[in-house]
Amino acid sequence: MSGSPAALLEVRDIVIRFGGVTAVGGVSFDVGQHQICGLIGPNGAGKTSLFNCISGFYRPSEGQISLEGQQISDLPRHRMMGLGIGRTFQNLALFRSMTVRQNVLAGAHSQGRAGFLASALRLPSSTREAAAAEDQARALLALLDLEQFAEVPVAGLPFGWQKRVELARALISRPKLLLLDEPAGGLNHSEVDALADLFHDIRRTFQLSILLVEHHMNLVMRVSDKVVALNFGKKIADGTPDEVRATPEVISAYLGEQAHAA
Amino acid sequence: MPSETTLVEVSRRPALGIDPRILWGIGLALLIAPLFMAESYRLFQLTLAGIYAIAILGLNIITGYNGQISLGHGAFYAVGAYVAAIMMDKLGLPYWTTLPSAAVICGLVGYGIGFPALRLGGLYLALTTFSLAVAVPQILKYKGIEDWTGGVQGVLVFKPDPPFGLPISADQYLYLLTVVLALGVFLLVRNLMASRIGRAIMAIRDHGLAAEAMGMDAAKLKTSTFAVSAGITGLAGALSAIAIEFVSPDSFQVSLSITLFVGMVVGGVASIIGPVFGGLFVVFVPNLAEEVSKAAPGVIYGIILIVFLFVLPGGVAGLLRRLATWLKRQS
Ligand SMILES: Nc1ncnc2c1ncn2[C@@H]1O[C@H](COP(=O)(O)OP(=O)(O)O)[C@@H](O)[C@H]1O
Ligand SMILES: [Mg+2]
Repeated sequence: MSGSPAALLEVRDIVIRFGGVTAVGGVSFDVGQHQICGLIGPNGAGKTSLFNCISGFYRPSEGQISLEGQQISDLPRHRMMGLGIGRTFQNLALFRSMTVRQNVLAGAHSQGRAGFLASALRLPSSTREAAAAEDQARALLALLDLEQFAEVPVAGLPFGWQKRVELARALISRPKLLLLDEPAGGLNHSEVDALADLFHDIRRTFQLSILLVEHHMNLVMRVSDKVVALNFGKKIADGTPDEVRATPEVISAYLGEQAHAA
Repeated sequence: MPSETTLVEVSRRPALGIDPRILWGIGLALLIAPLFMAESYRLFQLTLAGIYAIAILGLNIITGYNGQISLGHGAFYAVGAYVAAIMMDKLGLPYWTTLPSAAVICGLVGYGIGFPALRLGGLYLALTTFSLAVAVPQILKYKGIEDWTGGVQGVLVFKPDPPFGLPISADQYLYLLTVVLALGVFLLVRNLMASRIGRAIMAIRDHGLAAEAMGMDAAKLKTSTFAVSAGITGLAGALSAIAIEFVSPDSFQVSLSITLFVGMVVGGVASIIGPVFGGLFVVFVPNLAEEVSKAAPGVIYGIILIVFLFVLPGGVAGLLRRLATWLKRQS
């Protein structure tokens, strides 16, 4: 077995091509148990592509991804949540016609078993399951300060709160690995600060690992145990935040981007 | 247990701020009253409205709640009606056996059609179901199966006598049967939509990718939802054959599918109670139009429909919802 013995997620030699474009060109890294791993890189580095591969939304052109030793890169994407991979979306992807509570409950789908018949007849098995999900939803709404919005249609909430609903929806199934794509995007300074604390709380409470994809360095460097940096689809650094920050390739990649933006 | 009390609170949240038992009482009284008041033709029309309400509820599950457009639910209504007529007339089976049979057969047909059509996505289901609605009347006329379907002549059946020597007329019994069946189906669908499966059905409509990320097998759920939807509309079709005592290809033209669609929109898309008003609308408004103008009832019907949807964009259910919010704010 390659990688550290405690690895939860193993990403091996992943290549992702879109037609002629190679978005990711052979990237490997591990995410350990209860580890917060940041994935950084300038725009177009391949972060979202890699993220979508790990969450089962894309098939890699080459390479393997495994969770606790189980190969997952060839499974359909609706299996991921059941295996313990929860995710949020870079741009919100909530169920807009539903209330906040219903959105969070929807996240518990993979934990339920009741089918059409049991649900329509309200068989004891289905009501018991529903009651358990309601309990968990209530606890999560409390944890994320969403209680006062529970019965509000989710589409009416401010952006930052909608992001919290997504987080609650991903957490209710108690994933082993939480994938977050640019969670700080669109948030203001104080909201980003709160987010850093929130991630540590979440890790402690749910005993999970987090793979955090971020364009901006500050949040990642503050919360991550380990950081993986990408540029042009290649891994350019992998280590503690301090190590990665000091890597010349990382500095030039980010300086290059700043020069580009200026 | 704390969990169960919350569940009860959630599902029995008083609508309109009124005790739900009072609403149930009023509802039941409204359902029973026509038995004593309505003349037999009116009672028959109400029976038909109830049957349409069930059919429209079926359509609402796939199109309203799941967001998959079906333009041909009349085809399942027709298949259900023929299943009932053939079972009664050709096989000599009792009427009540035809109802579950029609539901199961239409559910299976729905599954078979939905399986490929829903995986192709987009408007494939709309086009496939529309083609089905066009084809079904012609298939029913086909000479090769005339021995079963009666060809263009159709099949005559007889409405059942009231059971247990109940002192009511056959029309009153049919009305009661329809009301009891409708109540049962509506309750089951309400339970379903409030459950994990119902949430998944709506989640897939709202955001298919996010639904899959939540562990919902969208293709499978859509297909099963379509099967359930077709089964419920097929059940209504079987009941219609029993109530009208006759099936023929001409009763199931494409316009029937459009009628069901109109009933769904008028009653309220993605609503449980809406189809009741949809059923009443599609039975009584054409009559009303006929009374206004014998020469051009279609024009009058069209005008009523347009005005109705202009005034009530969310259908009757949308109005009720707004009323409920308003009442809650008052109290
Ligand atoms: N669906 C796609 N089709 C074609 N090219 C894509 C697609 N998604 C990403 N790419 C390309 O792959 C590269 C990496 O993109 P992406 O993974 O979105 O980077 P990041 O998230 O780091 O900004 C970019 O050059 C982008 O244009
Ligand atoms: Mg990105």
